[in-house]
Amino acid sequence: MNKKDIFITSAFKDNSVIRQVLGICSSLAVTNLMLNSLIMGLGVIFTLVFSSLTISLIRNYTPRSVRMMAQVLIIGSYVIIVDIFLRANLPEISKQLGPYVGLIITNCILMGRAEAFSSKNNPVDSMIDGVGAGIGYTLVLLSIACIRELFGFGSLFGLTILGSWWLKWSIMVMAPSAFFLLAVMIWIMNDKVYKVKTS
Amino acid sequence: MEISPFVLFWAAIFTSNVLLTNFLGMCSYLSVSREMESAFGLGVAVIFVLTVTCALNWLVYYYLLVPLNIVYLQYIIFIIVIAATVQLLELMIERFTPALYYTLGIFLPLITVNCAIFGVALFMIIRNYTFLQIIAYASGSGIGWLLAIMMLAGIRSKLKEKLIPGGLQGVGISLIVTGIMALAFIGFSGIVNVQ
Repeated sequence: MNKKDIFITSAFKDNSVIRQVLGICSSLAVTNLMLNSLIMGLGVIFTLVFSSLTISLIRNYTPRSVRMMAQVLIIGSYVIIVDIFLRANLPEISKQLGPYVGLIITNCILMGRAEAFSSKNNPVDSMIDGVGAGIGYTLVLLSIACIRELFGFGSLFGLTILGSWWLKWSIMVMAPSAFFLLAVMIWIMNDKVYKVKTS
Repeated sequence: MEISPFVLFWAAIFTSNVLLTNFLGMCSYLSVSREMESAFGLGVAVIFVLTVTCALNWLVYYYLLVPLNIVYLQYIIFIIVIAATVQLLELMIERFTPALYYTLGIFLPLITVNCAIFGVALFMIIRNYTFLQIIAYASGSGIGWLLAIMMLAGIRSKLKEKLIPGGLQGVGISLIVTGIMALAFIGFSGIVNVQ
């Protein structure tokens, strides 16, 4: 498989959130604001790329029996870097994201990619796969956040779009809307884009 | 303001349900909710592991990480504590109560990667809970999670024979059901506030 195919497959064809239903927790929790989603997405891309690289580099030296623990510890180390960076440079956003930055460790996308791809492939391919999966995840986050922030706050990235005449939909800020929007998104994508065959 | 552990316990079940308002533990919630029986098994295991690991993590954090000034390692330490506890519990249950092992055993490895366990541990640090508060909050969260997964499993077993639009089958309809459940739980939200 060439490099472009790897990227397209992991970002779009096998999109982690829509197709494999991984990493749902954070994609629902941080999507009330565009900026938070973007930062979260970048954090996940960083962790994915470097953990894929590291896991792929040591894949021939890790015994099978301890590989899960090794993968978790590698992912954990990169998440700590992301967390410290956010706390130092973007304290406001770090506070809003709360525990969800730390929860990148238990985000199933990371373990999923580590197990399915980077523990079997060479470092360069693994990095490309990591970038792809991360971008796929970020795109889903941003598209949900776009709807939630626009209708819930009347703004995008904190800039007022809809003005003061707009009656804010408070449901969009609360938890249920995240469930509904993700469900509708999966529905539309399955029907129109992936053309899933139904029984 | 100090919230009494008793209030926190009820709040964790209803007003700030760990799954329906904080979205924690979604992966296993969606994948193990096909049957009531396995949903119940996993839920009980979550209550148990959540309470035990949160108590341990609290002790580790305040008596080891804070004095040694290595708080930044909390993520890795918490994960190790959780993984080790789950392994130990699995061995103990297998050794002493084989009957329980057959019903609970298969769910235990799944729990290490359940974000509810890790998320509650992180919430306890962010919100500065005391030891009694965290016991109440963790057990309440576990019961809240069990409640949510049992409700979804019940509804899904009824949905089996219904006609559902193609692309919505499986995960899609489960998410919509969960959204409606979350809407219903918003009704509780005025009672107490623990954010």
